Formats: sequence, C-alpha cells, structure tokens
Amino acid sequence: MEKLNPEIRNQIENELLGTVGRRYRQETFWVIFLGVICIGGTVAWIIQLRKGLGVTAMRDYVSWGLYISLLFFFVGVSLIGALVSCVLRMSGAKWRYPLIRIAEAVTLSAIFFAGFMPILDMGRPERLYFLITNGRIQSPILWDVVAIATYFIGSVIYFYLPLIPDLAIMRDKLTDAPKWRRKLWRWLSMGWEDNLLQRRLLKKAMLILCIVILPVAISVHTISAWLIAFTLRPGWNSTIMGPYFVFGALMAGTAIMILIIAKLRHGYRLEHYLTPKHFNNLAKILLALTAFYLYLNINKYGVPAYKMAKEERAVLEDLFYGKHAFFFWFTQIAGLVIPIVILSFKRFRQSIKWVVAASVMVLLGALINRYLIVVPNMLHPFVPIQHAQHGYATYNPTLIEWAITASSLAGFVLLIILLFKPFPVITMWEVTEEVEKRGEKEIGVENIITHQNIPTHAS
Amino acid sequence: MACGDNCTCSQNNSGNQDNSRRDFLLKGLMGGIGVAFLSGCSSNDNTKQESGVKVNVLTHDGKLVTIDKSQVANFKPHISEEDVRKGIPGKKFVMVIDLAKCDGCGKCTKACNKMHYLPSNKEWIEVLEMQDSPEVSPYYFVKPCMHCDNPPCTKVCPVDATFKREDGIVAIDTDRCIGCRFCMAACPYSVRLFNWTEPVKPNIIETTPAAENVFQSKKGCVEKCDFCPHMAREGKLPACVTGCPMNAIWFGDANEDAVTCYDGTTTKLSQLLEDGGAYRFMEELGTEPRVYYLPPVNRTYDAKEIKIEKEGSEK
Repeated sequence: MEKLNPEIRNQIENELLGTVGRRYRQETFWVIFLGVICIGGTVAWIIQLRKGLGVTAMRDYVSWGLYISLLFFFVGVSLIGALVSCVLRMSGAKWRYPLIRIAEAVTLSAIFFAGFMPILDMGRPERLYFLITNGRIQSPILWDVVAIATYFIGSVIYFYLPLIPDLAIMRDKLTDAPKWRRKLWRWLSMGWEDNLLQRRLLKKAMLILCIVILPVAISVHTISAWLIAFTLRPGWNSTIMGPYFVFGALMAGTAIMILIIAKLRHGYRLEHYLTPKHFNNLAKILLALTAFYLYLNINKYGVPAYKMAKEERAVLEDLFYGKHAFFFWFTQIAGLVIPIVILSFKRFRQSIKWVVAASVMVLLGALINRYLIVVPNMLHPFVPIQHAQHGYATYNPTLIEWAITASSLAGFVLLIILLFKPFPVITMWEVTEEVEKRGEKEIGVENIITHQNIPTHAS
Repeated sequence: MACGDNCTCSQNNSGNQDNSRRDFLLKGLMGGIGVAFLSGCSSNDNTKQESGVKVNVLTHDGKLVTIDKSQVANFKPHISEEDVRKGIPGKKFVMVIDLAKCDGCGKCTKACNKMHYLPSNKEWIEVLEMQDSPEVSPYYFVKPCMHCDNPPCTKVCPVDATFKREDGIVAIDTDRCIGCRFCMAACPYSVRLFNWTEPVKPNIIETTPAAENVFQSKKGCVEKCDFCPHMAREGKLPACVTGCPMNAIWFGDANEDAVTCYDGTTTKLSQLLEDGGAYRFMEELGTEPRVYYLPPVNRTYDAKEIKIEKEGSEK
C-alpha cells in the first residue's frame, strides 16, 4: 500500500478531530445524569464519614460488602487496557489500533475507582497515611496499594505515549482553539515533529511499556484475589482465586469494551473506524473468555461440591439452593451459558446488536458474581453464627451503600466520557500509518480513504 | 530522675527539696510484686497527714530506713508504647476452658463486659451452644480470642495495628487501626468486633498506651478479647476467670506451667492438659491457639436442656 494522499489524510484527521471539544446532546445528557448520581453519592459518603460505617448494612459477620465487591470489579475491569495493548499486540492483531485509546481510557478510569473503593470501606479513612508511615510489607493490602499505584502510573504513561503524535497534530491543526489549549498541546506534545527517529523511539518506548505493564496488570488483580484467598475462610481458602479473578476480569473488561465502542460508534459517528469487524473479533475473545470462565467456575464450585466437606457445605448450599441461589444461577446461566451459546454462532457474532446483548448479560453476571464471591462466604464462617443481633446475620445493603455504589459506577463511566472529550477517541497517527502499511481491511476500518464516503458531521 | 509519667510526686525542679528521699527503693511492701518509688512530696507538702504506720524502706545505697507510710506513693510503673508491643517479660499466657464444667450461665461474658465497659450487644467472650453431630449430646462452648501463635489476623494487618506480643497476647492498638477489617476477614474464629458507630465512652481516664487500655472501643476500629493484660501486669486474673463461678476457666503462664481458676486453685498446666485430654479449637487450621479446651465429659449440668439455635437466625 502506498502513501496516503495528503488530502485524504487531512480529511481523516479532520474527521477524527471533530469529536474533540464538540458537544453532543445525548452526551451532555449523560454527563449531567451521571454527575447528579455522583453528587448524590458524595452526599451519602459525607453522611457515612460523619456517622461511621454503621450507616451501611455491614456488621461483624459480613464485614465486607458492596464496596469490596466493587473494588474487585473495578480492579478487574482495569485489565482491559493490558489485554488490548499487550496481549493483542503480542498476538499480532492489527485490528486493535482503533481500540487502543478507548481501552486505555477504560483502564485509567477503572483503576482510579479501584483505588478509591478501599478508602470508602475504611473505618478510619483519615488514617490512610499510616499505610506509608506504618506500612508492613507482609500484608497483601500493602502489595495491593503498591500494585494499584504502579498500574495507575503505568496506565497514565500508556495513555499518554500514543497521544503525543496526536497532540502534535492537534497543535498544528486546531489553530483556532483557545490559546491556553494550544499552549497545553504544545507543551504536552513535547516538540513532536513526526520524524523517523522520534517514531522509532516512541515505538520502542511503547514496546517496553507493553512488556512491563502486563505482569503488573496481572499482579494487580491477583493480589486483589489474594485479599480473600489468604484467609482461612471456607470458600475463600482456595488456590484457584488468582486465575479465577484474572479471567473473570478480562471477561468483564471485554464486555465493557464492546458496550463502549457500541455507544461511541453512533454517538461520535465513528462507524467507519469501529466496524463490525471489531465487534466480531471482540466477540470471539469474549466467547473464549466466557467459556474459560465457565470452566473455572465448574472447578471452583464443582470440585468442593463433589466432596461437600463440612466447612464448605454451608456456603455451597446457600449458593446452590439457598438464599443466594437465584443470583448464583443467574450468573452461571444468564451470565455465562447463554452468552456462550449466542456468541458461538457466526451469524450472531456479526450482528452488533447480539454482541451487545451478550455483553450486557456477561457484564451483569460479572457484577453479581463479585458480590457472590464476597458476601455469602462471610455469612457462613467456621463458627456458626448464634445469638446474632438484629441485622447481623444477614446483609441487605442500605440506601447509603447503594447510593455510594451507584455513584462509583456512574463516576467510572463519567470519567471515561471526560477522558474522551479533550482528545480524539481513535489514535489518528497509528491508524493512518497502519492503513498505509497494511490496508483498511486488516485494521478493520471501512471506507476511510475513499474521499466521498466520509460523512459530514451533523451538528 | 527515675520518676515515670505516672509518678504522683509533685516535684518542682527549681526547689530541689529533699531529693534523697526520692531515690528510696521500697522493698516488697506494696502487695508483694513490683518495685515502687518513694514520692518526693514531703517537706513542703504538708497537706498529707502522717498515718502513723511505719514502713521499712531500702535506699539505693543499701541502707534500711523507717519512714511513715504516707510518704510512700502507690506507684504504678510507667508502661511505654514499646512495653505494650513487647508484652510482659518472661510470660507466656495460656487459657484452659473446661467444657465439662461450663453450664452456659454467661457470667464470664458479663464480667468481661463490665471490666471493659462493653454494651450488652458486644461479646468479647461468647458462649455458644454446640453439637458436633445429631447423635452426640450438645454442650456449651466458650469462645474468647484464641491468641494464636500463628495468628492469621496479625499477618494481614497493613499497619501493624494488631500484633503478637512476646507474652503470647494478640493485641490491638486502636490508635493505629485504620479500620480496613482485613483481620476480621482473616480470623477463622470470628472473634473480632468492629465499632460501626461511636461507642459510649465511660467516665475514666487511662494513661496506658491504647493496646493495654481497659476501654478499647473506638469508632471505626476493631476490638476483641485481649486477655486483660492490665490485670496480668498486676498479677491478677482476667475478668472472665474471676467471673466464672463454675471454675471452668483457667488462666496462667505456660512458662511457670501453672494455671489458676476462680476459687484460687492453682494447678500444673501440663498435668491439667494431659489428664483432661485437652484439645485446641480447629487445630487443623494450624493457627496454634493459646486457648486449650477440656472436652465436655462427665458434665456437671444437664445437657438435654441445651437448645441449638438455627444457624444464621437473629434475636
């Protein structure tokens, strides 16, 4: 493939830059809606800070609840960046190029909220700095702090590096932007001139980062799994927890990725960049992950269920036909089996609607699954619960907890939207470069070099 | 000067009156154990009345002098943060609970709650009804903190707020606890409690470091049975032992190989464990508890009356 016509290249860049700073009605609605939820959650948090954790439904038996479940969820979702940027890179999947920035934005937002959840859960958040002044390296919480911080910094860098050439394009093209913005772009693009040496250095840096960040990403979620696997409690005391968390996380992350690109495709009019090929390929990955996760579930629940050892029995009975049976079978059937069936058919994989439907189910199942990992086990400790006070032997999250949970999820989505606002959603320089090198088909974009097909933005 | 923070002497450094008296060492007159310091408040402190009781005091240079008892302060040695983290030197505390004697009256819990100013909804020492299988008869099971030698709780604490002391006690420093509740998740015996709301504070002032406080409840922090180290420092038994009229709870020092119960009987620990066929709760977890149980054989109460509560039911 020869060099792109400068005019066409210009056209592509103009189109992708079109989303920067542009206001979309639907998007504004979402930002306000999510913002309001966040404000509600902040109020709930202030109440919780003033009155103590007594405003939650957590008590001495169920001492971890929604917040820790959500911590596991967010840490998990943050793995999607590593999946797209590293695993797909190493497997030579060229169609990943239009997805990289979206994946990194999801990662950044998720890891930010993952760092936030434990603070919400702390009885004494004002003593957070004790982790530094009195930290003990033998506690997995400290490992988690280090891993989350490392992964957060790594993700920021990974978000920033591929952004440098795009910032340079913005600096050169969007000359009518406000002065402070142009100044910021000039500063952030660090004198990018798009010469060969710069490109080579940038690519080398991205390769090194890609190799370094993968073990960090896996360790972040493995350590989260160890928070519960390092206890002796029935149901938690298991060696499968690390991989169980990691693959469950990759699955949930892929589902979120599909949902976000489905929204962006029409919302930002990126139909030519986020095509059925991406959905089809992500659906294949999701299929593999859901199938593997089902296999892990069979191991996690099936093996102890066969033995029915005394300690495990109470938890398993609770999940299989007890109080949590509905949720448990929902995660297994609606969250795994049905999506596997849907995604197994080529016809459904090629239909964006079906892929999105399967992703919604997988995501819902993954969210509930995090709850099921935490709460039922805490309700069935070794020593049977006796003479429990009212509200101690059950867990029904309070309004405050739901408000904080909802606002964390809302904040997660809001932060993703806000990360999309100041930058082009698609990595312009990489996509154009790869299209030059390999053609549209392999990258998964459609009709972007044929001039007349470029849609005009309807405001 | 050797006076600690707890010293009651009203010394003022400019005056420097009668310094020699302050250096006196008391010899075993204040209830046997421990060293007490003579207070320096004498010549210019005329508010104290002479009691007329004379005591013999050994000075630091080896002279025996006779002084009035009113000149001796009831001094408690200052306990530093370091002392609390280290524990009481030379001790290895151990508890033995004789399940054959426990009739489930719950007086241990009441005594404990009284000592630690706990409300009735908190139980550092719990009395549970247990039945290992439907065929065997039920029994009462008393559950304090096991003070494990391989404690799962202290391992996971990120800030060293809960720690294992050399005297075997697993203590909590509520000035350090960040309230992450990892220790609660890690404890297989479910002995740890959390202060979900602001606890009601008793009207007492405590000068010992937080980990040896009698009242340990602090909002947003974890608390649990502490084996009453403040009592042990004075050579006294924990509240639950002195509160158990059935003589079911024994407490003592494994180094001395001696344990004592409610009525003051002191017996050989190793003999008691051997004769009673002692076991430790959930030994298979490898937590190495410091609490031993004597199995409920030849019970002194009627086991048929025990009703086992359905799991997970609430009051």
